[in-house]
Amino acid sequence: MKIHEYQAKELFRQNNVRVPVGTVAFSLEEALTAYDSLNVKTAVVKAQIHAGGRGKGGGVKLAHTRDEVEKFSNEILGMNLVTHQTGPEGKEVQRLLVEAGVDIACELYAGIVLDRGERKFVFMVSTEGGVEIEKVAAETPEKIIKEWIDPDEGLTADQARNLAIALEMTGTQIDSAVEIFLAVWKVFIEHDCSLLEINPLVITGDDNVMALDAKMNFDDNGLFRHKELLNYKDESEEDPAELEASKFNLNYIKLDGNVGCMVNGAGLAMGTMDIIKLYGGEPANFLDVGGVANAETVANGFRIILSDPNVKSILINIFGGIVRCDRVAQGVIDAMDTVNVSIPVVVRLEGTNAKEAAELLENSSLEFLVATSLADAAEKAVSAVTGGGL
Amino acid sequence: MSVLVGNNTRLIIQGITGTEGSFHGSQIKEYGTNLVGGVTPGKGGQEALGVPVFNSVQEAKAETSCNTSVIFVPPAFAAGAIIEAAEAGLGLVICITEGIPAADMVKVNHKIKDLPTRLVGPNCPGVISPGTAKVGIMPGFIHEPGSIGVISRSGTLTYEAVHQLVAAGLGQSTSVGIGGDPIIGTTFIDMLSLFAGDDETEGIVMIGEIGGTAEEEAAQWVIDNNLQKPIVAFIAGQTAPPGRRMGHAGAIIAGGKGTAAEKVSALEVAGIHVVKSPADIGMAMSEAINKQKEI
Repeated sequence: MKIHEYQAKELFRQNNVRVPVGTVAFSLEEALTAYDSLNVKTAVVKAQIHAGGRGKGGGVKLAHTRDEVEKFSNEILGMNLVTHQTGPEGKEVQRLLVEAGVDIACELYAGIVLDRGERKFVFMVSTEGGVEIEKVAAETPEKIIKEWIDPDEGLTADQARNLAIALEMTGTQIDSAVEIFLAVWKVFIEHDCSLLEINPLVITGDDNVMALDAKMNFDDNGLFRHKELLNYKDESEEDPAELEASKFNLNYIKLDGNVGCMVNGAGLAMGTMDIIKLYGGEPANFLDVGGVANAETVANGFRIILSDPNVKSILINIFGGIVRCDRVAQGVIDAMDTVNVSIPVVVRLEGTNAKEAAELLENSSLEFLVATSLADAAEKAVSAVTGGGL
Repeated sequence: MSVLVGNNTRLIIQGITGTEGSFHGSQIKEYGTNLVGGVTPGKGGQEALGVPVFNSVQEAKAETSCNTSVIFVPPAFAAGAIIEAAEAGLGLVICITEGIPAADMVKVNHKIKDLPTRLVGPNCPGVISPGTAKVGIMPGFIHEPGSIGVISRSGTLTYEAVHQLVAAGLGQSTSVGIGGDPIIGTTFIDMLSLFAGDDETEGIVMIGEIGGTAEEEAAQWVIDNNLQKPIVAFIAGQTAPPGRRMGHAGAIIAGGKGTAAEKVSALEVAGIHVVKSPADIGMAMSEAINKQKEI
């Protein structure tokens, strides 16, 4: 789960990680009230969307007067912000963060992620702050300094100190950095974060270290023990169909193609997308219906797939293990009764009771294209779209 | 022969009285696996699936001499269950549970890394040596005993591969789902090494997916160890968009790393036959085996 910068900063503030003073605003009026309450001359107006690269896209502006705050807030609120992370379609800005300007002496980078290879969390810093860290990692990996965190001890003061020194800090800057690094680690581990990034982390003119930005993602598997974090969820940031699917415990991700697919199991679902592409089609979605493929699940799956107007055919690929194929087939037949499906549906059922399932489908009055193998299914689903196979 | 599980397996089920544990447990037993007991804290002394239930793994081990455990407990308690089994000294722990927080698995890995326990999973279908032992949730009947070792990060896609192997006349020595999470116990490399040393495994099927670099490391291992057994691989997620979690917590392409293209090219460099279509796994393995026999 992703959250906004202002929400991450709220968590930072609660856990003694220094951040600039600032307030979220949902309207121009609120933005001006926020500016007035800051009682500073220079302020930053920042678009709040769940994607990075906001500055480059024109979503972050430095304002020196109240008039400028008004002007920039007007521009940014409601704008369609396009960044390298939003994709070309961009994202509408609905929230702003109005923050007091900070006297910046130096911009750095700090982040924590899971290192899958080492099977540990790793704290990373770099002197190359304020730029895309992926670029630094690719071009000058030696400029990223890492400390792997012992699961029993957590980030130690010594490690935090090493990181500060690696960032070429001196004197009280080091103490300030150690304090902030330890606090950031605490936020990370106590909230089951999957990623935490501060880019830039800055040294201020008076030698304090401060988080000028904050990006925080949570491990979805850890959310069960942090129910309070669910309040941070911004549903407008999510695809409406994906949101709807999650309410039915279906794992759906919308893609750009026209062949809809409904599959049990994540690996097989990805494999099904791949084979659709291989046969010259484009998958419209990833949909894992999980272990239970009954009439209700299938009906919900149909509704969600059909909410995408690009979909021109649907491929149902179920490998029945514990799930009996004849039950799935009956589920598909029943679902077609409740959902109006007017495009070709290709069904491929393999595994437990596959033969009985095929008979059920063949004997139903509904028009299915029954496939005998994975390749056959992909071919039928793709040619149904192009009109070649019917 | 087989690896990991077989005739010597003495199995207990952690979470035997739960819905998942009792449902899959009965199928495990039906398959003929040597089930000797179960563990549910607080239910010691009862009986389930015709075997005794114990309060702890340690107790179960003392009474039944079990050497393998399969875990069906909910995500919040799964990490504790794995550590308990490892500390009781079981040689093999297979964790089926899906949804364990990554931070918990970091702790588990740290705790058990110096213990002589092999962990398979979590978030996996388990391990089956067809004809002798099934320790997991896979449909037993689709498998046939034979000479192909299967290693996979997926569940149903593994069944698909096994189905194709059987259709091509190839049985399996052992089929292992290593799990779809970012942190798992047994890796591709561990399994390649076991299959390399197993005389009756003649060929290996590897099913990887996007995310992480486990497939690339496995490819390097094949080169370094000059593994001669034919390997057929498929990487799921060639069409997956970057940055999105595709069902499995580990299936995400982050920062340009973990793409299908990178994995495919690393595997091909190691001489592994990578099929583009998930429908070609069985055929490709059959051809590779025939080619090997001609030499």
